[in-house]
Formats: sequence, C-alpha cells, structure tokens
Amino acid sequence: MKLREIIETLQATVVVNGHDQEMEVKRGCGSDLMSDVLHRLKPNALLLTGLTTPQSVYTAEMADLSVVCYVRGKTPDAEAVRLAEERGLVLLCTTLPLFESCGRLYAKGLRGDSEI
Amino acid sequence: MKDGDVKGTIQATPTQEMIYEVRVHQAMTKQVITVAPEDTMEDVGRVLEENRHTGMPVVKWQKMVGIVSVRDLMRCYREGRSLQPVEQWMSRDVATLYADEPLVHAVQKFERRGFGRFPVIDRKTRTLVGILTKVDIIRCLLQHLEIDYHDLEKRQYVPRKWFLELDSDRTTLSLWFHVDGANFEKAGEVSSKLKRNLQTLGLPPDAIRRIAIACFEAEVNLVIYTNGGELAAHVEPGRVTVNVVDHGPGIPDVERAMQPGYSTAPDWVRELGFGAGMGLPNIKNCSNEMKLESKVGEGTNLQFSVLT
Repeated sequence: MKLREIIETLQATVVVNGHDQEMEVKRGCGSDLMSDVLHRLKPNALLLTGLTTPQSVYTAEMADLSVVCYVRGKTPDAEAVRLAEERGLVLLCTTLPLFESCGRLYAKGLRGDSEI
Repeated sequence: MKDGDVKGTIQATPTQEMIYEVRVHQAMTKQVITVAPEDTMEDVGRVLEENRHTGMPVVKWQKMVGIVSVRDLMRCYREGRSLQPVEQWMSRDVATLYADEPLVHAVQKFERRGFGRFPVIDRKTRTLVGILTKVDIIRCLLQHLEIDYHDLEKRQYVPRKWFLELDSDRTTLSLWFHVDGANFEKAGEVSSKLKRNLQTLGLPPDAIRRIAIACFEAEVNLVIYTNGGELAAHVEPGRVTVNVVDHGPGIPDVERAMQPGYSTAPDWVRELGFGAGMGLPNIKNCSNEMKLESKVGEGTNLQFSVLT
C-alpha cells in the first residue's frame, strides 16, 4: 500500500515527512509494546502505536520501519519529532483508535507480518 | 530473496543503467532550425550553410512534414532546379524519436538507420520539440557520466573492504559506549549510534538490523534495571560480538528471564512501551550465539554475536 493511501485511509496528519508519499509500505502492525514490535516485524512496515516517546522512533530506526502513526489523537514528543526528522522517517497522527486504524488498513489490503 | 538483500543477482553497470534512464528530451537540442515546405531549395542551401548543418526538418503548422538534407540539395542543384519549393525534394518518410523514449532507443536507431539526426516529436501533441544528433548524445552522456562518477566515488568508499584486507592473524575493531541508568529519554541513543557506525563500515543490512534490535533491547534493560553500564561491539571479519556489562542488581533466575513474556518490570516501564518480557528472547532471536551470566548483587554480563 502506498503511503499516500495510508494517510487517506486514516485521515492522518503528517508530522514528519521523511519520504515521498508514493513510497510502498509492505506491511503493518499495531502495538504499544516495542519489544513485541521488534520481535516479529520485518522491514519496511508501518507501526501503529499509542506510544509517543522517543523509543517509538528508535524502534522504527532499529527495525528499519519507515512509518510510525500515532493513534487515538496522540502527538509525538518533541524529542521523537526531532529524532524522526534527523533520520528521515515519516510520522503520522490519526484520531482513530488502534483497533479501527488496523481494521481500516487491513480492509484496504495492507497485510500483517504473519501473512507476508 | 531474503529481506535486507538490496537487489537481485542481475545488475546492470551504472553506465548501462544511465543510458536506459536518460530520456531523449534530456539530450536533444531544443532550438531547431526549420524551413517551410513552400521555401525554395535555394533558401535551404543558405540556411544550412549559415548554421553549418547538414539537414533540417520541414515544418508546417508546428507539425513536421518532412526532412531535407544536403544530399537532397545536391540532387536538386545537379538538375538546376534550385528555385523549386522544398516539398518537392524533401524526404517524407522520416524516422523520428519521441521525447520520452529512453536514449538507448535513439542509440539503436542511429546504428540501424545510419542517419545523422532524428527529429524529436512530442508523443501527445505530435509537434516537433527538438532534434537529436550523435554529438548531442555524446555531450549528454558525458555530463551524466561526470555526475555519476562523483556518486560512484562516494558509494565505493566502503571501509569494510580495507578492514577485510588488513593482514593480521586476528583483526578486531571495537566500539565502546556508556549507557546511563534510569535516563529513559536517551534509551536507544547508543544503539542508534552503533547502527550508523555499522552502516559506515558497510556491513550487510540484515545483519545490522539484527545487531541494532538486540542492542536496543540490551540498552533498554540497562536503563530500566541497572544504574548504567557499558556496551561494546567488537567487529571482526564475518562476525560482530557485543558485550553488555553492568554492576547490579543482577538477575535472580536467568532461565525464567529468558522465557518469552516473563517480566519483573514495574508499571512505569510498561507505560514506556517496554517490560513485555520479550527483551532477552528478542536478543536471542536476533543473534547467532548468546551467553548470559548474572549474579545477584554483582551484576550481569551479556554477550551475543551476529554472523555477518
């Protein structure tokens, strides 16, 4: 799924714009626990999370994830934004809760880690 | 193909890639000198001489209707009909190029047809937008080569190469970091630095990712559970070994700590996105070898290696 479609589907606002919106995102996951994300998630994925600390960005960096979207109307810490800008990542915000965000993206064809 | 592999096995050279990527419109001359079909051949002779050209397109209402060359001019002069209009002498069957075609098509056409120039047409409007000669192609490729050469210079600077070529019985490059305890804001900074260093060293992306994830988990553990420690990565040809050492409080039951989901983390740690009991299992998962020694009251010594 293209980043542009993700933004449209989640009606998300772009906080840090580190990539072309035509970028292809291969898979997605949703979790507030970073170790769970690090355990399974393959590269080039979207992370949906309510965790707004710098560790959300560090997790994306370590695991080569390209996009982090904060759910439930949360906004990332200033330090998280600074780190993401420095590393060329994409940070998005949506008012949708985690479950609905995942559901909408899945319905539009974005798959999870066990499937691809 | 595994995740992390950059490309498949078939790779074009940068020059081949370039000739496919560059489009005709990037190489063509945009200012085209043309004649109208009703101009005389004498006019053609004069224009060609003034511009030192050997041929030019014949254009009516912005559309190209033919091409006229020195050869046509010679034929016409030989027959003494230089006052006749161009349309009687021009070639109507003209080979053209589209502006958005790859330059490689143009090169092939020059080879096949033996022409000196190709008019360039816009695919949608069918109007004449430029002209391409062999000189244009050479000039454009040279410009691109110069740019590419600079890119290549940067890309080929892979320190790993000299690192692997060092002649010794054992070569190790060690990177040492101090991790502050309880400074949660910074948890991840050391792993981030290490990851970038490993990228500078040109290690394979998949190995770097595994090392980075394992280090991040170890770093977070130091921040959460200890009052700080040292993280050292030893890079050798074919392997990276990481040692993480702290001086307390130690893990009472190492075996249980290794079980996925087992955690002694307080709630505030979970609120920060950790303490799911996946830290040590993740480190094991990412590494090819892992050793964990711990004594309560003395500290913990974690070692893991990843084959590169």
